Amino acid sequence: MSNLIKLNGDVASIVENEWTIVNLPAGQAEERKQAGKVVLFKLTGEKTVTDEQIADTVIPASGKVLVPLSVFIARKAELQTRIAASEIGVWIATHEVLESLIENQPDLNALPIIAVNVERFADGRIFSLGTLLRKRYGYKNELRAVGDVLRDQLFFLKRSGFTSYLIRADRSAEEALASLKDFTTPYQGAVDEALPVFKRYNRAVK
Amino acid sequence: MYKYDEIDQQIVDERVAQFRDQTRRYLAGELTEDEFRPLRLQNGLYIQRQAPMLRIAVPYGMLSSRQLRKLGDIAKKYDKAYGHFSTRQNLQLNWPKVEDVPDILAELATVEMHAIQTSGNCIRNITTDQFVGIAPDEVVDPRAMAEIMRQWSTFHPEFALLPRKFKIAVSGTQDDRAVVQVHDIGMEFYLDSNKKIAVKVWVGGGLGRTPILGSVIREHLEWQHALTYCEAIVRVYNLHGRRDNMFKARIKILVKALGIDEFKRQVEAEWAHLKDAPNTITEAELARVSKHFDAMPYETLPAHDASFDAAIASNPAFAAWAKRSLHVHKIPGYRAVTLSLKPHGSAPGDASTEQMHVIADLAEQYSFGELRVSHEQNLILADVKLGDLFAVWQKARAHGLATPNIGLLTDIICCPGGDFCSLANAKSIPIAVAIQQQFDNLDYLHDIGDIELNISGCMNACGHHHVGHIGILGVDKDGSEWYQVSIGGSQGNNASIGSVIGPSFSAEEMPAVVQKLIDVYLKERTPEEQFIDTVRRLGVVPFKAHVYAKDEVAA
Repeated sequence: MSNLIKLNGDVASIVENEWTIVNLPAGQAEERKQAGKVVLFKLTGEKTVTDEQIADTVIPASGKVLVPLSVFIARKAELQTRIAASEIGVWIATHEVLESLIENQPDLNALPIIAVNVERFADGRIFSLGTLLRKRYGYKNELRAVGDVLRDQLFFLKRSGFTSYLIRADRSAEEALASLKDFTTPYQGAVDEALPVFKRYNRAVK
Repeated sequence: MYKYDEIDQQIVDERVAQFRDQTRRYLAGELTEDEFRPLRLQNGLYIQRQAPMLRIAVPYGMLSSRQLRKLGDIAKKYDKAYGHFSTRQNLQLNWPKVEDVPDILAELATVEMHAIQTSGNCIRNITTDQFVGIAPDEVVDPRAMAEIMRQWSTFHPEFALLPRKFKIAVSGTQDDRAVVQVHDIGMEFYLDSNKKIAVKVWVGGGLGRTPILGSVIREHLEWQHALTYCEAIVRVYNLHGRRDNMFKARIKILVKALGIDEFKRQVEAEWAHLKDAPNTITEAELARVSKHFDAMPYETLPAHDASFDAAIASNPAFAAWAKRSLHVHKIPGYRAVTLSLKPHGSAPGDASTEQMHVIADLAEQYSFGELRVSHEQNLILADVKLGDLFAVWQKARAHGLATPNIGLLTDIICCPGGDFCSLANAKSIPIAVAIQQQFDNLDYLHDIGDIELNISGCMNACGHHHVGHIGILGVDKDGSEWYQVSIGGSQGNNASIGSVIGPSFSAEEMPAVVQKLIDVYLKERTPEEQFIDTVRRLGVVPFKAHVYAKDEVAA
């Protein structure tokens, strides 16, 4: 039974998952504070990806695969034909910066799917990443939330531009469907509905 | 005040249904403790030492009589018939049952109230000056903007799970009473040189374990852009604030790490994309919301009232209360009244069901049916005629609401502390009570004059100890409770963070320590000096010397 919810227009349904997620092999590098040059203050203690990990990542030879951003960037040449065949998607970790994706793949819409992996429910960076991909970078294809995805994030994920949600394996996607409709008329403009409520309705005091 | 339309009502009703289902799933074991935590926190529900605590939102401190009456009813039905007003102008219930919370929320929704985002890592209740709309020194009434920001921040999808809590305060006076400089975002509304409403924006202020005053990120922002500019700030924070260490996760740490110039550069770069986006506020929306805050139907009254003057002249107890409890009003013949929730010998900020009902009645009878909660944890009737003040005082006094100590030493700001809060290192209420008892002499209190004493039971600083003229912080040393004392903190335009005077004290020592600080002040003060002025002039040294002198003599 699939645990993938997909939004088609306003209709959400459970569909088969065609995409296989490719993971990096376990790293040897110790976890260290990253003070990278791109974001000089990024002291969030995320694991840094090593060249060995990237080289050792096993990408299945056929089928639709979601590869890690670091692998996509480093090994783009070998993936070229499969990208053209719409067999390659990219997944991003919440601490990664979108600019590195854009630099290497200026035409985001050549990708049939982008996924953001949220390691912990409480990591709300995923919402800003979705918003930026949609609003800033004009990404139009499938945007998927994977990882620690539970029903109580769904309303926010939908509003932040995500169109599919891989519910954590131990939870029911069927039950999660209801949470997409937690609120009927949200106040603020966001990705799914750009206008704030005061521009959608005449709220004049009656 | 703001009245819900069907859209506002639908949102709180849907929230009740959502939380009812989340609670059901938790109680049925479908959600683990860890999974339920962020959900319940975003609804103000803590699991505490004794029982859960539920924090109910009082947006920018405004309440109606009907709402306060309902709060009193809820406290009686679901709790121990009292509630605690907090420094974020909210109301906390200390003894509700988890399974009752959905029903409590449903009852709140019937009076246009909720507990949305009163805790958790999200944008919290927006606070402001308790004299908003009536203060003579007010330049812009910021309540309409506060309401617009409340709606914008409610379930904002992008900012639903921030690195840490996020607090915004707004003010519209030059004499800041909303402590905007110790908030994640502080906004001062003012009229610019073209007489248009503009905003001065501070960012990265905060108390907690790293107390710091905010930095100005923008001197001038047109009001229309308040939401998109905040979005730019919160987005930079959401993406780059630390998430690996909750003690370093507030925006102030990011601002400090980057420096305000670099932080501002990133915010402005972000805002370049967001400026004029659909969330830009329209004239029509500001006008719509402002209508809810139109001036009350005031009577035209003389500036003086003979019956009031006579009562002041003939009744010293009334005069003493009036001296401390009244605040000037922009309309002649009216005063704002602060009802003290700090009677000597009980927990600061607590109000019983009966008191809530009495205050609701007073507001209805004498103050257009509205009242406010101050961050000093008192309740305010904002619009009382001079001629009604004596009657208000009599009724308030009969219910323990007229202790004439507003702004005095016993008007203590105090968090619930270790008696209730699972975060606390130490109890705070018993310290407040012991100090109130030590200084239970009103003439002496009046002689000491204006002073702010703030107590927090841990470095999360809910009791704002850093900005107390005297600040007391509960600390844990090898499993026992100790208290660190600082002096020289201050809120307002000249906000400052207090300096710790030295090693901490046991609970029993605290009343005597405060007494010694006061003794130094009384001995050294010039006629016009308040406690804070003397501290600023002399520094910590003479106070420290006197407080710690006894130990040396004993040794």
